[in-house]
Amino acid sequence: MSVQAEPRTAVTVRIADTGESYKCHTDESLLTGMHRMGKRGIPVGCRGGGCSVCKVWVVAGDYAQIRAMSREYVSEEDLAHGRVLACCVAPRGEVELAVIGKLNKVVTR
Amino acid sequence: MAVTGVLRPGHAQIRVLNLEEDVKFYRDVFGLVEQGRDAQGRVYFKAWDERDHNSVILRQADTAGIDFFGFKVDSVATLNKLEADLNAYGVKTERVPAGEMLATGERVRFEVPTGHVIELYAEKKDVGNGLGYSNPAPWNKQSETGFAPTRMDHALLGGGDLDGARDIFINVLGFYLTEEVVAEDGKTQIAVWLSCSNKTHDIAFVRAPENGKLHHVSYWIETWEKVLRAADLMSMNDVPVDIGPTRHGITRGATIYAFDRSGNRFETFSGGYISYPDMHVLTWPIQHLPEGLDYAQRKLHESFLTVFS
Ligand code: FES
Ligand SMILES: [Fe+2]
Repeated sequence: MSVQAEPRTAVTVRIADTGESYKCHTDESLLTGMHRMGKRGIPVGCRGGGCSVCKVWVVAGDYAQIRAMSREYVSEEDLAHGRVLACCVAPRGEVELAVIGKLNKVVTR
Repeated sequence: MAVTGVLRPGHAQIRVLNLEEDVKFYRDVFGLVEQGRDAQGRVYFKAWDERDHNSVILRQADTAGIDFFGFKVDSVATLNKLEADLNAYGVKTERVPAGEMLATGERVRFEVPTGHVIELYAEKKDVGNGLGYSNPAPWNKQSETGFAPTRMDHALLGGGDLDGARDIFINVLGFYLTEEVVAEDGKTQIAVWLSCSNKTHDIAFVRAPENGKLHHVSYWIETWEKVLRAADLMSMNDVPVDIGPTRHGITRGATIYAFDRSGNRFETFSGGYISYPDMHVLTWPIQHLPEGLDYAQRKLHESFLTVFS
């Protein structure tokens, strides 16, 4: 006899910039869902809400915040407009997002 | 030459987004020893083999990153002299009274041109590593808990005016340059490794788009095998890994870069070589940064120059 684990729900996340989409569970962050299966699109950094490279604009769909985000990179206005760190929010249903975080650097090769 | 003047990195105060989550991480997964809390709510840790009271301080904040990085100097006389030297060099200093940090004496605090707050202090309470000062055992239970680094070893800090920060460390504080990454012009330094001891680096700077940034705080692990054990523990505990396990070409350390629960990068590393101030600087042209960072895989990790807290 085995105890059945509660089934996880997976939803589709679309990255508007590339048209690519991936499956993300509703109990993991938008970034984890993408990164886990080797998909690309959102830059992957600290995965702890501290560096901002994963910043996205959720253009459609619902999400829940699952981690604290550094306020250095996410203002009240950002929050009000769905501009969040992809490593800190989980989808509640299908989501479409645009990538706004960038890999800034002083030197380019 | 004996190690005099600035002795070693002594403390790093790190901002975390969820204090209790990171306390659990640094204590139970990392294996640092919790040393107490102060009236401001800051939580103090030390690595198991460190003898001074604390080396890592966590502060709850709404941003990640580093508040300040401190060095221990050999005496109060040296502290006073270095403060006068800094002032003569044009660096403003301020004094933080003894006791502002637990078990820590008066600190001299100043800002370097990369926007980082650096501190010097001469006194921090010797609490020992628990093994005693007579006929000590080589290790204890704490040395087998978590990653169990023996010490907080160095930091890599990011900011714009790398040259200005480097000059203060070399010209005033007695550090010397061990290794550098230089841009295609063959001159502009992209990153510098600076030592005040026989270590390959006690502090390092990388040119970054924003000032005051933390690249990583690094912790010394005794062997490569224990670095691999730390890699297992990272995976077992869902710790986001950035690079490694691998070997840096730069400084030849065996390393893992990973992140704490608030997105502050840390390094667990071992190895490298013994350095002396008379040794020729080792130069890494920027096109060799891939192997400088990751000698095993020789691939460019974009995150090295872009991900900071
Ligand atoms: S990856 Fe650093 S904030 Fe999301
Ligand atoms: Fe390092």
